[in-house]
Amino acid sequence: MNDRVIQVNELARVEGEGALYVRINGDDVERVEFRIFEPPRFFEALLQSRMGTEAPDITSRICGICPIAYIMGACHAVEKALGIEVTPQIHALRRMIYCGEWIQSNTLHAAMLHAPDFLGLPSAMDIAKTNPELVRKALRVKKMGNTLMEVIGGRAVHPINTKVGGFYSAPDPDAIAALIPELEACALLAREITLDFAKFEFPDDDHDYLFVSLIHPDMYPILEGNIGSSRGLDIPPEEYPQHFYEEHVERSTALQGRTADGLPYLVGPLARYANNFEQLTDNCKATARDAGLGPVVRNPYQSILVRMIEVQYALEEAARLARIYEPPDPPSVAVPVCAGEGHGCTEAPRGICYHSYQLDDDGRITFANIVPPTSQNQPQIEVDLQRTVEGNLAMTDDDLQWRCEQTIRNYDPCISCSTHFLKLTVDRV
Amino acid sequence: MTKPKIAVWKFASCDGCQLTLLDCEDELLDIADSVEIAHFLEATRTTVEGPYDISLVEGSVTTAHDAERIQEIRAQSKTLITIGACATSGGIQALRNFADVKAFTSTVYAHPEYIKTLKTSTAIADHVDVDFELRGCPISKAQLLELLTATLAGRKPHVPRVSQCVECKLAGTVCVMVAKGELCLGPVTQAGCGNLCPSHGRGCYGCFGPMENTNIAALAAQLRTLGAETPEIKDLFLSYNAAAPDFSKGGQTP
Repeated sequence: MNDRVIQVNELARVEGEGALYVRINGDDVERVEFRIFEPPRFFEALLQSRMGTEAPDITSRICGICPIAYIMGACHAVEKALGIEVTPQIHALRRMIYCGEWIQSNTLHAAMLHAPDFLGLPSAMDIAKTNPELVRKALRVKKMGNTLMEVIGGRAVHPINTKVGGFYSAPDPDAIAALIPELEACALLAREITLDFAKFEFPDDDHDYLFVSLIHPDMYPILEGNIGSSRGLDIPPEEYPQHFYEEHVERSTALQGRTADGLPYLVGPLARYANNFEQLTDNCKATARDAGLGPVVRNPYQSILVRMIEVQYALEEAARLARIYEPPDPPSVAVPVCAGEGHGCTEAPRGICYHSYQLDDDGRITFANIVPPTSQNQPQIEVDLQRTVEGNLAMTDDDLQWRCEQTIRNYDPCISCSTHFLKLTVDRV
Repeated sequence: MTKPKIAVWKFASCDGCQLTLLDCEDELLDIADSVEIAHFLEATRTTVEGPYDISLVEGSVTTAHDAERIQEIRAQSKTLITIGACATSGGIQALRNFADVKAFTSTVYAHPEYIKTLKTSTAIADHVDVDFELRGCPISKAQLLELLTATLAGRKPHVPRVSQCVECKLAGTVCVMVAKGELCLGPVTQAGCGNLCPSHGRGCYGCFGPMENTNIAALAAQLRTLGAETPEIKDLFLSYNAAAPDFSKGGQTP
């Protein structure tokens, strides 16, 4: 076995367009690249001179799968810049709609995009042929997430009811109360799905990741808390640029996130879970235990289980918030027009998403910076791929290709989020 | 009977419109049963060679490679349908059409020389013949299902091209422009979202693009009467369908 090249030009079951290139010489893995060829859309540039209050709606168009993450990151940053703070009722409603996004996005990924890998099937529609019950359960849970987003936000993709300062209108308490029985039923289904998935055969892997996520002493963080790491980092969002940077390298074609020391790091469910396990509900901890997971999961293939535990958490949390729901009155705090600078960081389903803006006296944007989770994970994905290839050289090319794809899908990479990614020239042997 | 072959293609976009297909939770398994999903990378690893009976195209053309790719897709497709504002008018990324893309590139990238992109973001119909354009940022699930059903049945889809105002009247929503003085693009925007923004007390921001036979000047004058100044009016027209000719015209309002 001499030179082997594994190349997947169009990676399936990821959101956006990505590709994989691996070059093996004998037993040497010479090159591993997770390539991204999403055409750049220049969000930070097109935001220039737009009103800061437009940033949530405009940046939601970065990603149709996690629009709330962009809306909320932008709201937090612009609210900081304008010196305003929302009421606890508005914050609770934001957390509830964000739960909807976690539910739909994590379930979409776990059940429809990732699970087929463990069953050797091309898609969830193929799982439905042999196990329709499992797929129907997952679709019901996913639909609950979308319903939550529709009831609070007006629609599931690019919700319209959210704004800087709060909401355009407060959902009717009856409409919120009506969600509770299905939220509770779906929380049980999420547990069942997690335990179903726990029967999968997981490839062996154990890696000492640097887990980076929001951290919060009292609650599992979604849109609150500091940025923290498994190695003791604890900083407010505005200090993100001093601790992390993005690099534009020709070889990888993407802005890649690294720590100030140049280390790759992991954001997303595994990081949130490891850094905040204690803040999960007892029910979720029980599901984790029954699925065979400890408080830290270092096998990236088991991220599918952690993602579903987070779905269960989001369903329970949304039900809790629905039970104590008080319509914010007024639905939005007053929004002044003034200059300022602000930073915001929230937990998108795929991991922390950081925004910063500078506004002029008219409230118009003079500087915008957005760091989506997938660009932060990209260096770590390449490290994981290197390990995967090195550990599985005996596999046939087809099997190794699939395993590499599965490794990438561990991250639920959202390539549309890649405001910065572009195409790479393929280097063939 | 062989099942019709459906392909879903992505150009520059956020994936939200193809996600709308996966968001049809109640219908998805039936759809998957009644057609052959021949190419849908967001959902499946399997891809089947063309030709295709129906191609759904999401996203706009922003690279030279994509300008070629859409020609190949058209050649392989009996019916080609664009889904969403990006494919139908160039999307939010078409704001570059009104600016200098070189300046845009150096704003975002440390090494602009690595970037290959076209100066414009353009609609699919600017490149190939399109059989039907489904509007929206994002598209409506109900309209997508109606369009697929109609296309498979060989009939014309029921997708009205009336204004958002009609949708408000049908729903009994009080006019936010008249009652609250909200800036609203409803009078020139195609209906179909389900009357979303006005029913939440917000002016329509035009994500379904211009309706047939708009009167942009009259609306711009009305917006001015409500106190809006040029930059505000410009921002309102130049967003998710900025490159749709009628909205571009609104964006140049003096």
